[in-house]
Amino acid sequence: MTATLDFVAFIGRAVLAALRVVGEVSLFAIEALSHLLRPPFFWRQFTRHFVEVAYFSLPVVALTALFTGMVLALQSYVGFARFNAESAIASVVVLSVTRELGPVLAGLMVAGRIGAAMAAEIGTMRVTDQVDALTTLSTDPMKYLVAPRLVAATLAMPLLVVVADVLGVMGGYLIGTLKLGFVAETYIVNSWSVLEPMDVISGLVKAAVFGFVIALMGCWCGYASKGGAQGVGQATTRAVVSASILILALDYALTAAFFS
Amino acid sequence: MSAPDRGGHGPERESAAQPAPPKIRLRGLRKAFGSKQVLDGVDLDVRARHSMVILGGSGSGKSVTIKCILGLITPDEGLVEVDGQDVSKLSRRDRAAIMDRTGMLFQNGALFDSLPVWENVTFKLLAQKRVTRTAARDVAAEALAQVGLAASVGDLSPSELSGGMQKRVALARAIAAKPDIVFFDEPTTGLDPIMGAVIDGLIVDVVERLGATAFSITHDMASARRIGDDAAMIHKGRIVWNGAADSLGHTGNAMVDQFANGEREGPIQMELRK
Ligand SMILES: Nc1ncnc2c1ncn2[C@@H]1O[C@H](COP(=O)(O)OP(=O)(O)O)[C@@H](O)[C@H]1O
Ligand SMILES: [Mg+2]
Repeated sequence: MTATLDFVAFIGRAVLAALRVVGEVSLFAIEALSHLLRPPFFWRQFTRHFVEVAYFSLPVVALTALFTGMVLALQSYVGFARFNAESAIASVVVLSVTRELGPVLAGLMVAGRIGAAMAAEIGTMRVTDQVDALTTLSTDPMKYLVAPRLVAATLAMPLLVVVADVLGVMGGYLIGTLKLGFVAETYIVNSWSVLEPMDVISGLVKAAVFGFVIALMGCWCGYASKGGAQGVGQATTRAVVSASILILALDYALTAAFFS
Repeated sequence: MSAPDRGGHGPERESAAQPAPPKIRLRGLRKAFGSKQVLDGVDLDVRARHSMVILGGSGSGKSVTIKCILGLITPDEGLVEVDGQDVSKLSRRDRAAIMDRTGMLFQNGALFDSLPVWENVTFKLLAQKRVTRTAARDVAAEALAQVGLAASVGDLSPSELSGGMQKRVALARAIAAKPDIVFFDEPTTGLDPIMGAVIDGLIVDVVERLGATAFSITHDMASARRIGDDAAMIHKGRIVWNGAADSLGHTGNAMVDQFANGEREGPIQMELRK
C-alpha cells in the first residue's frame, strides 16, 4: 500500500517538476521576445550569431545531408528492388529529405554545435558575473544576450535547411545515376514531378521552429547555470539533450499538423 | 517615503552633523542560500559623497550585500534605500535610472571576454549612446590612461591580460561613465602594493572629483585607511562595528582590532572545520 502511494507521489512530483520547468522556459521565452518590441535591438550581436549559425554550420549540415541522401537512395534501392519499384527511389529521396530528414538532421547537428556553444558562453558569463555586469552597465541581459540569439537561430535554420534539401537530393541523385544506373534526366524528372511546394515549406517552417528551440534551450540552460565550470558543463549537456528531444517531439507534432 | 523606524537597532552614528539623508540605507537585510543564512539583519548607512569601506572575513557576505543593493540578488527580507527610495518598490524604469548613475567593479573583474578591452571600458557609454563607436576608442584610451594602462591595451582581448591588468580595466569600466554611486568589490586584491596604492588614489580621486559615493570592500587595512572615510565590519551576517576609517587598528572593538591587526587569537574564531 505505502509502496503504491510512494510511487504515485513520485510520479506526481515528477509531473509537477516538469510543469514548473515548462512554465519557467515559457516565461523566459516570452520575456526575451518582449524585448523585440522595445528598442534597442542589438544588431551586432544578431549578426555575430546569425553568421555563427548559418555560415559556420554549413559544412557539417552539408555533409550530413549529402550522406543521408546517398544512404537513402542505396537503402531504398535494396528494399524496392524486391518489388520492381526502382523508379520510386527518386520520390522517396526527395520527399524524405525535404519533409523530414533535412530539417530534423540539420536541427540535431545545429543543436550539438550551436545549442552547446550558447549554453557554454552564457553559462560562463553567468558564473563569472558577466551577466550581472551587463545589468550594472545599463544593458538588459535578456535583450543583449537572449533576444538576438533567438532571432538569429530562427532565421538562419531555414537557410541551412534549403542547403540541406539541395544536397540531400543531390546525394540521392549521385548514387542513383553513378551506382544504381538510373538515367539522369529520368531521375530529375521523377524527383521534380512528385515534389509539391508544401513539402518544402513545411520543412522550412520546421527548421525555423527548431532553430528557435535550439537557441531557447541553449540560452535558458546557460542562464540558469550555477556553480562554476562543472555547472556550465551540465548546462551545456542539458541544452543539447533537451533541444534534441524537443526537436524530435515537435517534428511529430508539426508533421501531424501539416499532413493530416 | 518613510522607512520603518527601528530606532537604536542599527549601529548608527551621531547624525547631528549630517542633516543630509544617507545615500544608501540598509535595514534588517536578510538573505539565505538554502539553509545557509548569509545576511542576518544588516543595518548600514552610507553617507552621500563619502567613501564607506566594508571589512569582513572571506565568505562573510560582503559581495552578497553589494549585489542586494544593486538588485542583482533579491533579499529575503529587509529594506534597501537609495536616495531615500525603497528600491524594491521602484518601477523597472526608475531602477534603470539608478543603475545608469551607478558603477560596479566586480570582485573577479567580470570583463566581457567576447569584446576587446576598449569596448569593455566604454560599454556603458555606448549603451547609453553617450559616445559614438568611433569616438569610443579615444574615450577608452583616456580611461585606460587613468588606471595606468597604455592605449594599445584597448585592442587586446581581456583573456590576454594579466590578473592585475584585468582588475584595472574593470576599474576603468566601472568609472568610465562618471557614476554617482560606485561599488568596488576588492579593488586591490591581486595587485602589487604599488599598483594597489595607485588604484586607491584613483578611488579617492573619483569620490572627490565626481562627488560620488563610494562603497568598497577590502581586506587590506592600509588600503581601507587610504580610501575610507567611514568603515564597517561585517561578521556572521551582521554589521558588528561602524566607525571612522582612520581609527582602524585601535578602535577598541576587539573583533575589528583582531581583524585589522591580523591576529590569530581573538573573538573571531576561524571556522576551519565544519
Ligand atoms: N548565488 C549564490 N548561491 C549560493 N550561495 C551563494 C551565492 N552567492 C554567495 N553565496 C554564498 O554566500 C556566502 C557569502 O558570499 P560572498 O558575499 O561572496 O562572500 P564575501 O564576503 O567573501 O564577498 C558564501 O558562503 C557563498 O558561498
Ligand atoms: Mg566577495
